Parts: sequence; structure tokens; C-alpha cells
Amino acid sequence: MPQMNMAESLNLALDECMNADERVCIMGEDIAVNGGVFRITKGLLEKYGEDRVIDTPLAENAIIGTAVGMAITGLKPVAEIQFSGFTMQAFDQIEQNMARYRNRSRGRYPVPMVLRTPYGGGIRAVEHHSESREAYWAHTPGLKVVIPSGPRNARSLLNAAINDPDPVIFYEPKAVYRAYREDVPDEPEAIEIGKAQVVRTGSDITLIAYGAMMRPTLEATEDLVDLHNVDVEVIDLLSISPMDTQTLVDSVSKTGRCVIVHEGPRNCGIAAEIIARLNEKAFEHLEAPVNRVTGYDIHFPHFQVEQHYLPDPDTIIQAVKQTLAYE
Amino acid sequence: MPKDTIHQTQKVTPSAPEIAVKSSQFSRRPTITPPKPRRDISTPSIALGEIPNLQILNEKGEVSDPAHEPKLESAEHLKIYRAMILARKLDTRMLTMQRQGEMGTFAPGMGQEATQVGQIYPLLQKDWFSPSYRSFGAQLWRGWTIEGLMLLWNGYADGFNIPDGVNDLPFSIVIGSQVATATGVAMGLKRQKDNAVVVTNFGDGAISQGIIGESFNFAAVDKAPIVFVCENNGYAISMPVQKQTGADFLAGRSLGYGIPSMRVDGNDILAMIVAMNGAVDRARRGEGPTFLEAVTYRMSLHTTADDPKVYRKDEEVEYWKTRCPIARYEKYLINKDLLSIEAIEKIATECEQEVLAGRERFRELAKANPRVVFDYMYQTLPAELQEQKQEYLNKLDRKETDQ
Repeated sequence: MPQMNMAESLNLALDECMNADERVCIMGEDIAVNGGVFRITKGLLEKYGEDRVIDTPLAENAIIGTAVGMAITGLKPVAEIQFSGFTMQAFDQIEQNMARYRNRSRGRYPVPMVLRTPYGGGIRAVEHHSESREAYWAHTPGLKVVIPSGPRNARSLLNAAINDPDPVIFYEPKAVYRAYREDVPDEPEAIEIGKAQVVRTGSDITLIAYGAMMRPTLEATEDLVDLHNVDVEVIDLLSISPMDTQTLVDSVSKTGRCVIVHEGPRNCGIAAEIIARLNEKAFEHLEAPVNRVTGYDIHFPHFQVEQHYLPDPDTIIQAVKQTLAYE
Repeated sequence: MPKDTIHQTQKVTPSAPEIAVKSSQFSRRPTITPPKPRRDISTPSIALGEIPNLQILNEKGEVSDPAHEPKLESAEHLKIYRAMILARKLDTRMLTMQRQGEMGTFAPGMGQEATQVGQIYPLLQKDWFSPSYRSFGAQLWRGWTIEGLMLLWNGYADGFNIPDGVNDLPFSIVIGSQVATATGVAMGLKRQKDNAVVVTNFGDGAISQGIIGESFNFAAVDKAPIVFVCENNGYAISMPVQKQTGADFLAGRSLGYGIPSMRVDGNDILAMIVAMNGAVDRARRGEGPTFLEAVTYRMSLHTTADDPKVYRKDEEVEYWKTRCPIARYEKYLINKDLLSIEAIEKIATECEQEVLAGRERFRELAKANPRVVFDYMYQTLPAELQEQKQEYLNKLDRKETDQ
């Protein structure tokens, strides 16, 4: 079983999908000759040629708009937007067309495409390079939104997204791209979009996170277990929309307490939606208000101070202690 | 004679307007040669950097450019004429239905019949059409049904069912948005090497949208098989074209992207057919996109919720009535002995009856099924949506029980 970082495992998934299905093509700015600014598409031009590995002009809205049209003709485009902050340029085509053609055409034209884009903070970048706006896309009917957390699930989840018959927003935690390596199986593992993964079972409290926030969450968990004797259950959400409500409800019904972690802004964020669902379906099991550790409702700060904005293990531990103390 | 106050160039003449694009890199571009498949139509060549004007029939229905007059069979002429009459009859009938409460708000196309029929005339069945919402005339030709269009505009989802064998996109209402999809369809068709082409249309208001420029650019770089048709009908709701652009005309817009263009008298069906035929053939030969500005006029309302008296003068509309595309073509066909007064009346009656028969089918089909609104969201409805669907169906059941 080879060891890979996430950049390599995403490249592997693209390679596997392009090799298995000639309808899969990839497109975006700097993705062909240059292999992408994060090198996720490295080497694919040489293997699959410029008809399937397309360096597009610099216009995010048209990248998505034309990918929709290509999908309508039966291709499976995987469009890269260089940074998720630039996805706002494409809001028009995502909301008006990508999310709607299946329904608008009464099922005649499904849009089996993927929008891949790196999101999140922690790489010391200039403005517009550190946003986490997954909540926008979860709010748009017709889309699916998924976020892997590590090399192994990134490969499986991208495979699933490319083979999904509906449009998928695939957020890549760029802080994790080259952060660590882990074993990635020789054969792709089946993973179902819409399913969360319980990565540690425990009985005292449920921690829910996803993407880049899984690392501080797991770090906090280690301390909580080892130093504070708290038996933590940890859930990696993986799929933001649709959301695996049942797994969340089952866990919180068991532990009675819950803290949700995400780096996006708090107002109408993913944690707010999870809290609403737990309120609807696990209310009688709750022993404390569901807590959240999130980014603040401010623009992402300049990178000299970004570490203070992002949720960290200490903040998560504080939130867990506060939730455990509630009587 | 009243002035055409809307389109800066009052008359579309054979001479090309002066334009500033003279860069030497453009001169290496090939000119468009007349299409091979059809010997009956000869399109003037376009070099990038020159914008020919094309008018074949003048306002009096006289041939003003004999060199480009298409040599169509008489049956073909009558088919085209009939399609224009059918479009106008549907338009008129739907307006009456709307005023009587039997139709939703819709966008009439009166005055644009030549632009509409001309732009899809050269298309084959395997080709694709991505229209704006003001596209009755073209949609009827492509195989959309009268009852389907009536259902669509009266708020029935069934109207959006695309007829079998028709490769058309259901329009996106957001101005210009359908042009990006059309460009992607062309890029996809090119990669699948099935030699099909795409025609997409948009209005003069859309020229202000960024996505139009982005789409031009993507199509040009990819050499995608697409024809962009701007139906310059003078107005975007109340806004005259002079408020959309600082340029005297719109055909020049594509030159900076490397796309050749032509300015066509959009009320001249022969000019539309000839220009489109050349552009479609060019796309089919793999030579990339073409942009046509079809100069026409919206004789009726923006939509049925619009009152044009607020922003334009009656004299202007009267002037454009003298340029009516149907009247012009009629004179030409009469002069050629292809049409008589009796035949005109007969075709008008037949088309009216066809529309009324469509209305009957519409009335039979006009049943909304509220239970299907979740069904086309995803191929497989996710669990959370299944739950919402059940909640919604329960609500419908309660309402039915209450009644």
C-alpha cells in the first residue's frame, strides 16, 4: 500500500477516472501544461492530450458555464477553479445553470460534472485565497457538496464525485495537500456521497468536523482522551450536502453532547444547520446545548494573524469542557 | 420620412461600416468561402476586421443585392413563409389569451419572424439550438409544439419537456446565461467529433453582460462550432440600444475576440438565411465561431407586463411597420409569382387553425401535477429530500382532504 499526500492521491483519482472513462475531461486555468498551481493535474496532459486536458482562458464564470454545456453533450467535465475565492466569479453559472439543467430540462439534460477547488486558510496567502464558503453551495438546490479530509478519503471521494450523475462541488482543503502522508490502497475504495464517517467511537461527547478542521479536531481529541479522560466520538462529515443526518443523530443520541467545528463564518454556517437538525431529531437526548467552534463573521484576516482566526485544538478543548460542564 | 432613431445605421447597405481593427495578425485569418453543400446560396466572404452589411431584399421587397439572392425552390420559399406566418399567428393568439387570463406573462416576438426563422433554417436535426426566451418562431421550426409552448408560458412544467429528436436547450431566463451553455455544448460536440453545430441567440441587452464576452472568447480559443446571433431589436425592455453600448453597432463586438462578424438586415429573411448558411457551414467545416448582428425591431411588447408607450413613440413603431419582415417577403414572393392574394389568405387561415388546434390540445393538457416538483432535482433523491418530499406530499393530501 503506497504512502501518499493528498495532492498525489487527488492526482491518482483523476488519472484513474480519465483512464477508465474517456468521457472524463478536465479543464481550468493552468491545469494542462503547468499541471495546476498546486500540481493536482500534473502529468495528465501528457497522458490524455489537450482535447481532454484543457487549459482554458482566465474566466471562472465561462469555465463553469462551458463545463455545463459539455456535460449536457454527455461528457464528464471536471472543472478546476484555482482558488475557491474566485468561485464567486462563477456564482452566476453555478446557480443559474450547473445546479438547474436537470430540473429545467425535466431530466433530459443531467449535468454530471465536478467543480474542484482548493478552499480554506493556513497557507499564508494574500486576500481571496483562504475562504471557506461551502455553506453557499449547500444552500443551492441541485448541487452536492463534498469535502475530503485526508489523502485516503480524498481519492475515494473524488472518484465518487466524478462518477456521480449530478453536479458536485468538491472542496479541497489546501492546507492538507502536502501536510502528511498516509496509506492509500492500491484499488479505489467505494465511498458513498452523503455518508459521514465515525472515525473514533466514544461515549461522552460527539465532535463533528470536516476538511482541514479534522486535524485540529483529532489533535484536540488526543489530548481530551489522554489528558482529560474524556471519551470522545469523532465524526468526519465528508458530505456537506446531502448531509448524513442519521449518523449525526445516532451519535448525539448516544453521547448527549456535541461540538461542531468549521473554519467558515458562523452566521448561517454548516454548524447552524447541524444544530437545527439535532434540535429536530435528537432534542430529547441532549444534555447540553450543542456548541460550535467556527470562523468569525469577518473577512479572513491577513496571514500574519490567520492562526488566531482559525479554530485550533485549544479552542476546541475549551468548547468541549464547557459543553461537558453544562448541567 | 421618420428617422430610425433606434439603430444608429438607418439603412443596412452593402457597404461595410468603418472599423478600427486593422492589426496585421488578423489579415492572416482565412476568409469565409461560400458553403460547399449548397449551390443555391452564396454568402459574401467575411474577413476578420471587415464587417459586411447584408441586405438582399429592401423594404419594398425588391432585390437590392442580386449577387447574393438565394436560388431556393418555390416549395422551400413557401415553407419559410408559412413558418413566419405561423410564428406571428401564435404570437397574436397568445397575446389575446394572456389578456383573457388564459396565459402567463410571456415575451412576444412580433416583428422578429425573419430573424427567428432565418437563424435556424440551415440547421440539421442533429444540430443544437440554445435560444433566449423570445424565440417562438425558431422553436416551432425546430419541432417544439404550439401546445408545448403554451403550457410552458402558462406555468406548466410539461411545457419544458423537450420534444423527441430535438437537440435544443430549454432557455435560461437570466439574460445571456444560455450563451455560455451553448458554447460548452459546441466544445463538447467538437470533442465528440460528430460534426454538429450550435446556434445560440440573445438580444441587444445581453451584449452588456460579461458572460457574452467570456463565451465569445472561449469559443474563439477552442474554435468551437457555434454561431452567435444577436437579435438587435432596439430595446432591452425600456432601454434603447444606445444605452447598452457606446458603439454605433454591435457586430464589431466579436472582433477583439478573433471572431468574424456580419451585420444583417434582420427583417430580410433572405439575408438572414444567406448569412446563417455561411456561418453554419463555416462552423461545420471546423473554422470556428461567427457572430451575426441581426438588425430588427420589437414591434410588440417586451413582455405582456410591459407598456412601451412609456419609452417609445408611436411614429417609431409606425416606421418599423413599413419594414415588416413578413410584408417584405410577401412582396418578393408575389413579384416572383410564387404567391397570390388567395394563397396568402389560405396560408393565414391554415396557420390560424393550426394555432387554434394547438390551443385545444393545450387546454386538454393543462393539468398541473404538484406531486412531481421534487422528481428532477437529482437522479436519486437523497434521504433528506425524500423526507421533505414526504412532508410536502402530506401537505397536499391534507389540502385535498380539506376540499
